[in-house]
Amino acid sequence: MLAVQLAGLLDGDPEGTGEALALVDGFDDALVHGLARLSEERAEAPAALAGAFSATPIGDRLAEAAAKVASGSITEEHLTALAGGRAALFGAVHDALLADLDAALGRERAPWYPAPRSEQDTAANLLGGARSWLRELAITGWRGVDHDLVSAVDQITEGLTVVPGLRRLAVLLDGFAAELRASCPVGTMEHLPVRRWADLWTRALLLAQDGVLPGEPRPVATVSGRLLILGVDVHEHGTAVQFQVHAVLEPADGGQARLVRTSVTAAKVDTIVGPALWKLAHDHKVLLAALAGHLSLEVTDLPLLDGGDVIWHDDRASLGKPADPFTTARLHLAGVLAPAVPPLERVPVRIAEPVLIEGYEVTGDGSFDLGGSVLAVDTARLPGCGPLTPKLVAGSSACVGLVRWDGGCWLLQPLAVQAKVKRETVAVGTGDWAQGPTDPKVVKAEARSGDAVAVLRERAGRLLRQ
Amino acid sequence: MNDRSPDGEAVWAHRSRLRVIPPVQPRKLAKVPFVELADGRLQGVVSSGSDISRVYVSSIAAGTHNYNCSTNNNRPCGGLYGSPCKHLQALTAEAVLQYGLDRVATYLRVEVPEGADLIACLSGGHEPAPAAMVFSRFLRHLAYLEVPATTVPIPEMHWFPSEGAVH
Ligand SMILES: [Zn+2]
Repeated sequence: MLAVQLAGLLDGDPEGTGEALALVDGFDDALVHGLARLSEERAEAPAALAGAFSATPIGDRLAEAAAKVASGSITEEHLTALAGGRAALFGAVHDALLADLDAALGRERAPWYPAPRSEQDTAANLLGGARSWLRELAITGWRGVDHDLVSAVDQITEGLTVVPGLRRLAVLLDGFAAELRASCPVGTMEHLPVRRWADLWTRALLLAQDGVLPGEPRPVATVSGRLLILGVDVHEHGTAVQFQVHAVLEPADGGQARLVRTSVTAAKVDTIVGPALWKLAHDHKVLLAALAGHLSLEVTDLPLLDGGDVIWHDDRASLGKPADPFTTARLHLAGVLAPAVPPLERVPVRIAEPVLIEGYEVTGDGSFDLGGSVLAVDTARLPGCGPLTPKLVAGSSACVGLVRWDGGCWLLQPLAVQAKVKRETVAVGTGDWAQGPTDPKVVKAEARSGDAVAVLRERAGRLLRQ
Repeated sequence: MNDRSPDGEAVWAHRSRLRVIPPVQPRKLAKVPFVELADGRLQGVVSSGSDISRVYVSSIAAGTHNYNCSTNNNRPCGGLYGSPCKHLQALTAEAVLQYGLDRVATYLRVEVPEGADLIACLSGGHEPAPAAMVFSRFLRHLAYLEVPATTVPIPEMHWFPSEGAVH
């Protein structure tokens, strides 16, 4: 990312973003206090949200839903309509932001093609249970949430977790409920994550509609070629961790190089943290070896989804030559084809666009100053399972990272940095410890706390099969 | 930028990517495999020192600080002689390791003077509490270890950034 590109990106928000976000904020505020207790002032929020769609085909449905909710008749159908409206507004904000980012980077993005339809799932009772819990939440409002309300979702997530096609909803509800539980009684909480919880509620309600989640992933193609890793983005809550690898695929047939993501998600518990997390992905040895060893991968016939996600199969990959993420970024990021974003994933939080940035000065608060344009660096989110630290980032000379947008600002999330360690310039990345930590201090600390995964698996083996 | 800083109200209100629950610290799990702050109690499961197949369910209520310890079959712990048994002591010690003293003390609503032991500051007495629910939450906790990993992407995890590079 060049100084002129960053300057272009930071040059004001896309048109209409402020208005859209104001409508979203109004609706989100109504969820804080609960839809059963809409005061006069807040009663206008759902109507205002609906008003944004008055000239569209869903305008009537939304207006009716807003009116019904304001009068106290809060049905699942009305809530779903309003959640759809909120998601559509955020979707528009996402599209405008991503278009700005693509324009600034000069990045070409593939058009979206729908995947073939597949059979619907038959877990209607579980989905219905999730929807009715989400309705209770909306009626009660975050401020009214108590232990009993939170616990009511436990059985539903338990059921959803074991249905492969519904894992997305299970993981989302589990993370959401854990936050509500830890915040109980929410009424006494000082600050609320207002937008965040409304985001989670909205997405959950949409995923809980019958037929939205396919029973099986629906690939649009299979791909083969050389995979050059840029870095790994780690997502984590108490009971799940997702390792999402960002990479450039050089197709075997010689076509344009494309940006892809490939992921491993494992279930876990809160006491499994730090470098131990990698043990949960141990079935994917080839991928872990490529991450830890900075190696390229040769892949054959991997399913490609409509959003640029490649479904990882460790047995269809082999290790290739050394590949440094900085070399990959310098060679490919300027002319790479970025994937389309599927309709249901159009939300600003999903924007995570790989860039290479160098030649910056690090400011006092850790931001990167690139020729006078300042990009905030999200060093609070460096994963504990890797060696990247705020200090390494602050002392770096080049960085491969993800450009994100949150809370009204563009941010850089580092995946790898080039920095001087003992007078030698080295590349340090978030995936370097995929086969175990290499820092003796961390190895020692790990040994002190013991093997959490092994201890818990042993207990599970004994107690769950009695 | 710290999400949990006192001036974080604007950050909290308008950010989508937050870690609302602070990550816990790693600790040895063999003796006390399960600890949680939930349902108004510090509660957990403590291994029996003598019998590998037996566990104790121990809990301390927030506010009253009344405590209980029994086997998972509701047989009272023999170590409760008018004061917390060794299982309750292990439970609080491990909870402090896992969550930090501040978080545990705040949850239980107890003042712990500098340098003091948390359990010595509790004023409650023995009060029977059902062990079955805590034990079933422990089993549910363990069941996560048996859920297979998946390579199908979960876009919703973008809302849950990892954090905690502390080394
Ligand atoms: Zn005891």
